[in-house]
Amino acid sequence: MISRSPSLIGARVTRVEDARLLTGRGRYVADLDAPGAVHVAFVRSPHAAAHVGRIDVTRALAEPGVVACLTAADLAPLARPIRAESRTRGYRATDLGALASGVVRHQGEAVAAVVAESRYVAEDAADLVGVDWEPLPAVTDPRAAAAAGPFVHADLGTNVILEREFRTGEVEPAFRAATLVVADRFRFHRHAAIAMENRACLAAWDTGRGDLTLHSTTQIPGMIRDALADILDLPGHRIRVVAPDVGGGFGMKTILYPEEVAVAAIARRLGRPVKWIGDRREDLLTSSQAWDEQVDAELAVDGVGHILGLRATVLCDVGAYSMYPWTASIEAVQVISFLPGPYRVPAYRGAVQAVATNKAPMGPYRGVGRPVSAFVVEGLLDRAARRLQLDPGEIRRRNFVRPDEAPYRSASGVVWDTATFAECLERACRIADYEGLRRQQQEARAAGRSFGIGIASYVELTGVGSAIPASPGADISTGTEGATVRVDASGTVTATFAIASQGQGHETTLAQVVAGTLGARLGDVRVVHGDTAAGPIGSGTYASRTAVIAGGAAVRAAEAVRDKALVIAAHLLEASASDLDVADGVISVRGAGDRRVTLREVARAAYAAGRRLPHGLEPGLEATRYYDPYFGTASGATHIAVVEIDRAVAAVRLHRYVIAEDCGRVINPLVVEGQTIGGLAQGVGAALLEEVVYDGGGQLLTGTLLDYLVPMATDMPPITVEHLDRPSPSTLGGFRGVGEGGTIGAPAAIANAVSDALAPLGIEITELPITPERLFQLLAVC
Amino acid sequence: MSEPVTVRLTVNGVAHEGRCEPRKLLVDFIREDLGLTGTHVGCEHGICGACTVLINGEAARSCLMLAVQANGAEIATVEGLATGGTLHPLQEAFREHHGLQCGFCTPGMLMTALDLLRVNPQPTEAEIREGISAVLCRCTGYHGIVKAVEAAAKVLVPAKRV
Ligand code: FES
Ligand code: FES
Repeated sequence: MISRSPSLIGARVTRVEDARLLTGRGRYVADLDAPGAVHVAFVRSPHAAAHVGRIDVTRALAEPGVVACLTAADLAPLARPIRAESRTRGYRATDLGALASGVVRHQGEAVAAVVAESRYVAEDAADLVGVDWEPLPAVTDPRAAAAAGPFVHADLGTNVILEREFRTGEVEPAFRAATLVVADRFRFHRHAAIAMENRACLAAWDTGRGDLTLHSTTQIPGMIRDALADILDLPGHRIRVVAPDVGGGFGMKTILYPEEVAVAAIARRLGRPVKWIGDRREDLLTSSQAWDEQVDAELAVDGVGHILGLRATVLCDVGAYSMYPWTASIEAVQVISFLPGPYRVPAYRGAVQAVATNKAPMGPYRGVGRPVSAFVVEGLLDRAARRLQLDPGEIRRRNFVRPDEAPYRSASGVVWDTATFAECLERACRIADYEGLRRQQQEARAAGRSFGIGIASYVELTGVGSAIPASPGADISTGTEGATVRVDASGTVTATFAIASQGQGHETTLAQVVAGTLGARLGDVRVVHGDTAAGPIGSGTYASRTAVIAGGAAVRAAEAVRDKALVIAAHLLEASASDLDVADGVISVRGAGDRRVTLREVARAAYAAGRRLPHGLEPGLEATRYYDPYFGTASGATHIAVVEIDRAVAAVRLHRYVIAEDCGRVINPLVVEGQTIGGLAQGVGAALLEEVVYDGGGQLLTGTLLDYLVPMATDMPPITVEHLDRPSPSTLGGFRGVGEGGTIGAPAAIANAVSDALAPLGIEITELPITPERLFQLLAVC
Repeated sequence: MSEPVTVRLTVNGVAHEGRCEPRKLLVDFIREDLGLTGTHVGCEHGICGACTVLINGEAARSCLMLAVQANGAEIATVEGLATGGTLHPLQEAFREHHGLQCGFCTPGMLMTALDLLRVNPQPTEAEIREGISAVLCRCTGYHGIVKAVEAAAKVLVPAKRV
């Protein structure tokens, strides 16, 4: 048959993006210029909750250089509120205007936009806008807010935006039959994404054509385009959304933000390009945040550690609004969807309440819910192991879904296409020299030191197809992506996608997939993405889906082009297509290498047509294909963290970190390792450093990067990552998603390592992050 | 608004003269007035290090300085690192070791690492981590960056001896 250039898929090639990003030639939104552009500064609420009275813009308007001062009333005729609908029963949507009118519901919510010739002037003038605020009591405690008012959205008559329950098997009998029940209340505090590039957008309205172009730091240009068509009442083909180089997203940039709507509406109103470059303060105040759950969970096991039942009640503080497109269910429901982990859980009840408060809204962030579920279930397993005097590795071994049980429907209904969980654990233990670590621990303990080893195993669903919406009940399509592969008459290949990149290296990895499948040279393939005007329809990059879904579409489109190229080549070479090989841009007759044509010659024939094409064959050499993996595929891993506690200063020292993961067929080991370790760093931050803190009045206390701590280079341990490389049987290309896993496993592994280190003192970690202050308190009561 | 003042400085060996308000941040002057957008702004309060440039040879945060304070200074930005289309060995090492993902921290990271290698041409891994801890990277977990700086140190030292 036909040989491709398969070695390209799996090759450790350096990234094509790097040349521009390393030389300062990247083009991020802030770097873009538009002739005549004006700058927006938003007037933001200092209060967590307030009635917005009169807004006085006269002084601001008088400032030289100010072009306009707009409030909700000015934008209302141009833009509908953002509203995230869901089919989920009992779900309550919230309206979010481009600018707040009447009421503000979290600190930082914008009530006016000042437009000026420069950003300096716009910010000056924003300070001159007078707003009659009438502060309202702030809702900040989700438990109290779930039970009674005041209500964040008075019209809803409740703060509970969503309730959901999963139930499998006979839960109560399982607990009655148990030899041991372990239970705890787990608390995972609020987290911020902190992409190094703040959110920004630039809207230009072409008055001649009636076209809107929005450059945005978004991860989901396709979804933003579709949503703006409704909100701005414009035909979709009049809107172009472009995500240029984007400086990190991690899920936080998968939301339609009010600033994007405001800037687009203002550009339309003023007929001038409008630019908003958010600063870090705005990011910390208004970008979507993550987690913030309290979980009451119980695990029932028999005398040898087999899981009999699991039950959990989750309270999730989802902040002030249910954001488009995911809704407030995304984080909350995901926790109960993934609590059963990679284990056989015969009886399960997971219930969640998503509660609105006067804080920045909750959104999807790397791992989405699963870092919390892993923290809880892995913590419970370790507690059970300790009580039963089992090794933590052993209790996992006894409960993993076995490879021969796959496809396996988990207790929450998620289907695992494969189950390489035990293999991940064994591999991680081998890399870490687990037995050796245990001996080291004994020596350390004998010497009075607190040395701990923590294991966390997890499984996530990646490349989620149309069978399960990425966000339960949300009215959006997240299961498909397209790819267009085109060979031009010069023989070079352009592959166009609707996904967008925030640093994942898709221009490289998708080029590897296309070149490898098509038989082209890697350098001849250019990937274009992040521009709704450029290619096929799709939604964007999120939920560890790009390698799987866009990668699958790339395989299909490249195969279609390759097959046509072979038909044309066969005609030119007077050979049979089945006798041809294609590699490195050359098609040759197998066994007669001198009978060959280049892809360029084939492409020229494809467009020149005439007698150079087989009779009746349509000219051209391009294909657009779509892909829906339907269920998606399981990505699993085991993490092992090694810590030592410096009790004198209440500090956790991360000594070493090991990950063995199964991301299916690896496209580029360099990129996979980068994704895994980058995700791990965010998990380390979540475990030890990062916490968004609001006071009881809803005032953000972590409004700078001095207060909100992300890991520095000195916070990271030596790391070893190994890939199992077990191609997924259920996705085209065999790829599995790998973007989030690092963040899922790390908080659990580190929490377990700290509990293990402090086990002689009877301390078990229930709250993340383990800040020095929390650790000090725990040590103080011993 | 106060009257604009004249700022003269040299960036990457090229003399520039511009007029700006006295309050204008150096990073905004570099990005907006000189059009060198390789230097990034991640926080404007001196923590993230994305805005790091070399001022008279030393790494400094250009968001914590006014353009007027840099009057007469020699500044190096990321745009000056590569020569004639050839990457600087440090840039080459970042590419080889996947020391960047989104690239947003990268200009500040490169300038900081350059300063580190100038002061300490043969740093240990711990010294590299300490040195680059002045810049936050949210993407890489620093793994590839540390490896890149280690590799660049090996290449740069012999080169200097020649
Ligand atoms: S922008 Fe200067 S330190 Fe962050
Ligand atoms: S590469 Fe994205 S912040 Fe460093």
